[in-house]
Amino acid sequence: MSTAAPHALADVTASDSTLRRFLHGLPGVDPVGLEARAASLGTRSIKTTAKAYAIDLAISMVDLTTLEGADTPGKVRSLGAKAVLPDPTDRTTPATAAVCVYPDMVPTAKAAVAGSTVKVASVATAFPAGRAALSVKLADVHEAVSAGADEIDMVIDRGAFLSGHYLKVHEEITAVKEACGSTARLKVIFETGELSTYDNIRRASWLGMLAGADFIKTSTGKVAVNATPANTLLMLEAVRDFRAQTGVQVGVKPAGGIRTTKDAIKFLVLVNETVGEDWLDNHWFRFGASSLLNDLLMQRQKLATGRYSGPDYVTVD
Amino acid sequence: MASAFDYAPAPESRAIVDIAPSYGLFIDGEFTEAADGKVFKTVSPASEEVLSEIAQAGEADVDRAVKAARKAFEKWSALPGTERAKYLFRIARIIQERSRELAVLETLDNGKPIKETRDADLPLVAAHFFYYAGWADKLGHAGFGTNPRPLGVAGQVIPWNFPLLMLAWKIAPALATGNTVVLKPAETTPLSALFFADICRQAGLPKGVVNILPGYGDTGAALVAHPDVNKVAFTGSTAVGKQIAKTVAGTRKKLTLELGGKGANIVFDDAPIDQAVEGIVNGIFFNQGQVCCAGSRLLVQESIQDELLDSLKRRLSTLRLGDPLDKNTDIGAINSEEQLTRITSLVERGESEGAERWSPACELPSAGYWFAPTLFTNVTQAHTIARDEIFGPVLSVLTFRTPDEAVAKANNTQYGLSAGIWTEKGSRILAVANKLRAGVVWSNTFNKFDPTSPFGGYKESGFGREGGRHGLEAYLDV
Repeated sequence: MSTAAPHALADVTASDSTLRRFLHGLPGVDPVGLEARAASLGTRSIKTTAKAYAIDLAISMVDLTTLEGADTPGKVRSLGAKAVLPDPTDRTTPATAAVCVYPDMVPTAKAAVAGSTVKVASVATAFPAGRAALSVKLADVHEAVSAGADEIDMVIDRGAFLSGHYLKVHEEITAVKEACGSTARLKVIFETGELSTYDNIRRASWLGMLAGADFIKTSTGKVAVNATPANTLLMLEAVRDFRAQTGVQVGVKPAGGIRTTKDAIKFLVLVNETVGEDWLDNHWFRFGASSLLNDLLMQRQKLATGRYSGPDYVTVD
Repeated sequence: MASAFDYAPAPESRAIVDIAPSYGLFIDGEFTEAADGKVFKTVSPASEEVLSEIAQAGEADVDRAVKAARKAFEKWSALPGTERAKYLFRIARIIQERSRELAVLETLDNGKPIKETRDADLPLVAAHFFYYAGWADKLGHAGFGTNPRPLGVAGQVIPWNFPLLMLAWKIAPALATGNTVVLKPAETTPLSALFFADICRQAGLPKGVVNILPGYGDTGAALVAHPDVNKVAFTGSTAVGKQIAKTVAGTRKKLTLELGGKGANIVFDDAPIDQAVEGIVNGIFFNQGQVCCAGSRLLVQESIQDELLDSLKRRLSTLRLGDPLDKNTDIGAINSEEQLTRITSLVERGESEGAERWSPACELPSAGYWFAPTLFTNVTQAHTIARDEIFGPVLSVLTFRTPDEAVAKANNTQYGLSAGIWTEKGSRILAVANKLRAGVVWSNTFNKFDPTSPFGGYKESGFGREGGRHGLEAYLDV
């Protein structure tokens, strides 16, 4: 798989200049209009059956994440157990989509979720800065994949992107995709908070998809501005247009800063009304979050019992 | 929209609004019967349910109201601006406090979605009163001389598409400048004006300063023709506007008319496509297209026609049509059976003249007046649907090749109220906007309103400006 670009767009990645011409030829983004649209979808009123559906869907889309320097095997095991059975008091609660850990924790995580549907995702490629030689990044990926990671979350080289070296970014993604082999799905993180313009986010989205990303992801959760309704809406528009043009469907993962059920439902409305039900499952849409799950569980308990139980009725990790 | 994620109904409770079985005319601070005892019914267009029975003002009532306004004018116009401002600020605050009630009421009587009355109409209504309250004591600094004088009694006739907002556009500047008012709301949507009458009482506004006379066209005609009215302000159809202009011609009455439109929404090939699609949708499907400044003609550059139309059709398929009180409804009911008939006949005309009609799969409720969002392609300048104002959720799509052609087509209409330009190129926005003969030109947005920005038309869209500092002029002797 030397080039991942779909046939229809193969010429685009022939050189730096053809790639630049293509990316800069994409329709512009009007920030005011984009944010207004995202805000108006945020006012949809979701209640009763629709809310119950949305909460379960959101739980099933969570990539339960721990990305701390202080992570221990114990913490990762506990996270895995929670991913498999998020609410021990109600076994109808769906499992989360995945647990997301650093590469060295992949074997621990893999063991913790064994026998369940929960996938193990690993942030490889010198996360979160991405500032390392390609060989280092690829070694990171190889280690995670050989330890059994089902998904690789890679960060792009924002320095290269912002200085216009799109082909370099493309080549890196292509190389990482190759290192993922046929088993691991690749999520490409743009760190949208560092890309500074919406036009850049649209370009990065297309660049990622041209290079073979299985998922495009907003951010690492390690900077000030992470997932927002507007940047997620923009990325949804990009995957929608990409599929229309190439037939290839790509997933979307907003990450960082989504903490409440209310917020998560707003994102699901964005998905529902922008790309529709084809993306409404955890194969195509994920939430990168750690504290979101508990709020979803508490809201779920409230719907089931009519009473709000409080944070002591869900597990801390 | 059949989807895995079907939103549960989320209707706003109508318990918050208490609609009386009948209402009188509001003259000299009191609700009163019509002199000849005539009444009419107002219905909810979404269900055809009768909401209330309303007194219908006749000539004798018009005379009574104008006399009350004349009497009140002496004291009202003599008040210092700061005093008039206090009343206006009070009215603005009461509107904010009662905004949910008024939003539900407006939705019931008009048929537009609660989302629009709650998020667009009511905030703007309050904002207009706040804005003009701020001007009341600064008229000497508005650029009309040091001591501009009010005109006297203003006879105002407003339409049914934004009942309370049009009331605010008319009454707020009139009162701020020291005039008194006799206002006739539309016969299909009189309720919010009558609730406003109650708000005037709540605010302690002196008797006779605001008078509300529900009725049909003949009531409006009597008001316009009344010899003791000094100023006529009308928003509505061009046909009625022409009659009013004839009535007023030769009198000393001042006149402003805000009439029909056939706004062009011009999309260039370098436009932000996704936002343009939103702007097109907002331009023509906001309030079911029953907006005088609606972007009812889409002029799209030929090279992106297919791409844009695909996006637009996909977007239209996600519009949610139904119960206007449901918070998730995007498209509500058409205001009246009469208006629905007019839309239907114009759309049939469009088909018979050879334009191609398209609507998303869309189930219409069985009761009430409904029309599916519709777009026409293969439209030319010669087609009726490209010339006549439809005042419904119907978009005519035309194409152009060069900016000059876009401008020529956009201006080739008897109207001139609004236009939109979509392009990422700033210099093109300025160049094209300068050439468009329209009162408002929006760039990379559409249907944005603000009390500080003047609004009004060219050609058969009327004359005079409402809103902003310019809006004061129509109520002052300058």
